[in-house]
Amino acid sequence: MRTIDLSDVGLRETNQQLHAQASDTNQTKWDIINPRGAHAIACGLDAPIEVTVKGSTGYYCGGMNQQASIHIEGSAGPGTGENIMSGKIVIDGDASQYLGATGHGGLIVVKGNASSRCGISMKGVNIVVAGNIGHMAAFMGQSGNIIVCGDAGDALGDSCYEARFFVRGTVKSLGTDCTEKEMRPEHLILLQGLLDQAGIDADPSEFTRYGSARTLYNFDVDNAGAY
Amino acid sequence: MCGIVGLFLKDKALEPKLGELLTSMLITMTDRGPDSAGIAIYGGEISEHTKMTVQSDAPDAAFQGLDKTLTKALGVQVNMTVLSTHAILEIPQGETEAARAAIDRLDRGIRVMSQGASLEIFKEVGLPRDVAARFNISEMSGTHGVGHTRMATESAVTTMGAHPFNTGGDQCLVHNGSLSNHNSLRRQLRRDGVHIETENDTEVGAAYLTWRMQNGASLGEALEGALKDLDGFFTFVVGTKDGFGVVRDPIACKPAVMAETDQYVAFGSEYRALVDLPGIEQARVWEPEPATVYFWSHDDAPTNFGEAPLHANN
Repeated sequence: MRTIDLSDVGLRETNQQLHAQASDTNQTKWDIINPRGAHAIACGLDAPIEVTVKGSTGYYCGGMNQQASIHIEGSAGPGTGENIMSGKIVIDGDASQYLGATGHGGLIVVKGNASSRCGISMKGVNIVVAGNIGHMAAFMGQSGNIIVCGDAGDALGDSCYEARFFVRGTVKSLGTDCTEKEMRPEHLILLQGLLDQAGIDADPSEFTRYGSARTLYNFDVDNAGAY
Repeated sequence: MCGIVGLFLKDKALEPKLGELLTSMLITMTDRGPDSAGIAIYGGEISEHTKMTVQSDAPDAAFQGLDKTLTKALGVQVNMTVLSTHAILEIPQGETEAARAAIDRLDRGIRVMSQGASLEIFKEVGLPRDVAARFNISEMSGTHGVGHTRMATESAVTTMGAHPFNTGGDQCLVHNGSLSNHNSLRRQLRRDGVHIETENDTEVGAAYLTWRMQNGASLGEALEGALKDLDGFFTFVVGTKDGFGVVRDPIACKPAVMAETDQYVAFGSEYRALVDLPGIEQARVWEPEPATVYFWSHDDAPTNFGEAPLHANN
């Protein structure tokens, strides 16, 4: 295992060392100490390495991640995992706003709560939150899944396409064109699989599924008032 | 963009270090606001006196013999401490209106930054590090304080456009965001006789709160009113004689992080601002909810805060 002291070597050197790892690197375990809320830690990684950040992070940690597993032993700032393509990000504490925005793939696990705009414009990422999520989650979400073991805030799934939302607790309000949907056997299997991957013990049958009512897919003059 | 920091001390042992802790927090927020910086510090009361912080761009001439002139004009002893472009006047209670009138008559270009029993406001154009050094903020002690680093978007980079803004006796406001209805609201407030000095959006927010409170609202009610009447983005931190409050607009895109331990409650635009606080690793750290008024007070019955629906966190 290699340890990088971020407060000593700085952000650029830290990220360059991680970027230098090839897909067949033997140096698969990395610890980053003294993150002190710095921005853009472990952004743009593209190797199957495991990075543990020993503390809380600022903006955009793990952005654009591919292949790597990033574990934040603290809370994460705005835009964590933005545009994640694959791999995994685990946050021990809370996540700030727009977690996993525009994410195309991979898995993000939050053991605390996630704030507003979680999964905004998501395009395939899976996000599992043990606590609650804030308002405007998955706005214009196109694909992927958000699983919320607690409650969801206002305007869940506003103007969403084919992203799915599974909420165990209450939803403060649904966004435009988002609706409650039947939980079919394939959804229970999908949900169980994602909960298992996230290491969260919860019963899929306690969740409710939400998704697009598909009334905004094509422009209809009768919907003009909804825009 | 802008950065906000705030620190409310529960542990009296930290009071001598308030200025030092706030200065470090403020400098960390330089990236968010390198234009200008300011700090409101609640440094404690002087018996039967009101503190008035005044500012001048030509302090040598403006403050020359100001204490003696005011003492003579008011017929009561006025003491003065000059700190760079600012001066703190200690005015016997009940004489502040007369003092303001006397300062205006002097016509020396002296501007009143704040007035209150405990509050002092220091703000200038420049890097937060330089502004803090100019006023020796790190040497100051107090019970609580708020600071601001400005990246101007809505009006000019000037001393009067810097934050905090004084909203009433011992009250101040700092703002991260931008108000979009400040022109119409300014016209409306001016019609109602409210004095607004600049074209700055935050000054309108501050004037709005002052106006609401002058018309009988508590600070809590005024902040609830701000959620309804102000259009735009805001994370506000307000300072009062005995505490500070936080409110974010319903969209809440301007960041805010809070931390609480047995020793303090701290606010930062980012977690980075909080990392040097003692015991931060063990602190409860969270993000304040949108459209929710939070308040912390040294007093079980906070001054002027009223019965609005609040998250009481004292």
